[in-house]
Amino acid sequence: MDFLIQLFTDPVGFWSSHTLLISQIAINSILASSMFVVLYSGQLSLAAPGFMAVGAYTAVLMSLYLHTPLAVNIAAGTALAGAAGVVVGLPVLRLRGVFLAIATIGFIEALSLGVILNLPITGEGLGLKNPDADPVGGIYPVLISMAVVVFFLWRLTKGRLGYAWTAIRQDELAALSQGIDVPRYKLIAFVLSAVLAGYAGGLESHLNFFVDPNEYGVPRTVQVLTFAVLGGSGNVIGPVVGALFLTTLPFVFQQAGDYIGVVSGVILILVIIFRPQGIIGRGGFAFVRPRWWPRPQVSAPSTG
Amino acid sequence: MGQQILNAIFIGSIYALFAVGYTLVFGVLDILNLAHSAVFMLGAAVTYSIVVNHGQSFWLACALAIVVAALMGLVIEYVCLRPLRRRRAPPISALISTIGLALIIVAAVEQGRPGTLFAWLWVDGANSVSLPPGTFPNPTWNVAGLTLEGTKLAIIPITIALMLLLGYVMRYTQVGRGLRAVAENPRAARLMGIDVDRMISLTLVISSALGGLAGILFGVALGDISPYIGRDSVEVRGLAVIVLGGMGSIPGAVLGGYLLGAIEVLAVVLLGSNVRAGVAFAALFLMLVLRPQGLFGAQLRERI
Repeated sequence: MDFLIQLFTDPVGFWSSHTLLISQIAINSILASSMFVVLYSGQLSLAAPGFMAVGAYTAVLMSLYLHTPLAVNIAAGTALAGAAGVVVGLPVLRLRGVFLAIATIGFIEALSLGVILNLPITGEGLGLKNPDADPVGGIYPVLISMAVVVFFLWRLTKGRLGYAWTAIRQDELAALSQGIDVPRYKLIAFVLSAVLAGYAGGLESHLNFFVDPNEYGVPRTVQVLTFAVLGGSGNVIGPVVGALFLTTLPFVFQQAGDYIGVVSGVILILVIIFRPQGIIGRGGFAFVRPRWWPRPQVSAPSTG
Repeated sequence: MGQQILNAIFIGSIYALFAVGYTLVFGVLDILNLAHSAVFMLGAAVTYSIVVNHGQSFWLACALAIVVAALMGLVIEYVCLRPLRRRRAPPISALISTIGLALIIVAAVEQGRPGTLFAWLWVDGANSVSLPPGTFPNPTWNVAGLTLEGTKLAIIPITIALMLLLGYVMRYTQVGRGLRAVAENPRAARLMGIDVDRMISLTLVISSALGGLAGILFGVALGDISPYIGRDSVEVRGLAVIVLGGMGSIPGAVLGGYLLGAIEVLAVVLLGSNVRAGVAFAALFLMLVLRPQGLFGAQLRERI
């Protein structure tokens, strides 16, 4: 509770004492958005941490060995993650549903357990130190990035691409018969998701002085999926709300102390049972909209 | 080499037992039960706790642990799955509720220390422990340069007997026919007078009892019992196994278990133990890309 009280009574002090938390929320929001893109196009891809690792390791290795500026490092990491997205996406996008999920898990585990932990240049199991990290100054670029990403995705979902994704999610066969180039739009979503995850990885690697190889495995992907599904993946803002909610949960329930794991589990179950479509759900903010508020003309696309 | 082949069969048996529970629930409900690995861990943890902390006999502990695991199956059904079914929630929300339950179980065990809320369940916190020697008979033979341990050898006939029993129940009994009917089409099964909810509860009970038993065998034979054995040792590998064998197919899961054991041991022999897991997941990835229906997906059209 102290956490929430401070937020309202002493916002300035809150800002300076929780810089890292705020950055982490922004990073997690970008990751959740990356998951949103694939879910919105009807693909259960769990590859995000793999592309994050590509972005993070590329950025840190460039800064360690080439001493290029930060922006270049992150841009290179993001681009490489996108390229990896094409390479992985082309073969796996023939798969659907749980099969895609498990193929992408195969990819991230092979990458983290097979490659990253065994290459001398990635520091093997020890990870990489990043002396150029800037945890305090990083907060502004990270927050701006989050806002830009969310706005960009919101516009995308309202455009041609978004409608194509919705059509594919609702019925792939029907979309195909309407002349939508399904493989192409699926690949676009997969690569965009990889780019966002790589970008989040690059940003995150410059907020911490240490890149931990254990951060890019299945627990991370489960966490990101939880952000998106719990927040509601029919809507750009849902995953961001999910990331905000779950990242701050341990702070809001500080009294739970060591039992925070138990408390989080209970909350996760309660939220998903009472709002199975996610906190924001399919109708955007309709559930907090007063009755007299003008209703949108077109109903929002359904999830699932 | 002979020793390695033995190891492959032994670890493959545990993968198979664990994965059959996964695949059973997937076959009937089309849902991945992510609490399964927590039940696996609970089986091992309860056995240890009853023998060491409560001073009971090993056989009683095993029996009680299986009962606890089976009861957890009911908890999964009543807490995580049935409320979501009632609300016609998308299947992906069941992923989140079972993740929530897994989080609770692992956090409860991990926080079990003397004097805490969960001390009756577990007192070793996050540590890895093993049953003291002598709690169970473990005759060891040396034959032709191979070390044969009784506990590891016993796992193989136990697994095969249980799988044959399960296969018999599924194919020739009234209950098995009911389960297969629900897997085929729950609506039609209900119209034929089958109590669908009861069949689903039964599926979860069988699946969790098998998961708990796999956990006991793992803990006893490997001497490694900690809150994380489910998550680290079998969760993702279980997914790999059911994909290798074809989703929802019981014989597929058994063969997939032995296949994964063999791939891992082969990777250790040929490339060293560092890349063991990486190679297994790379194999999974390739397998899905090249043959998405699994090894037995085409021949075994009927699920379960």
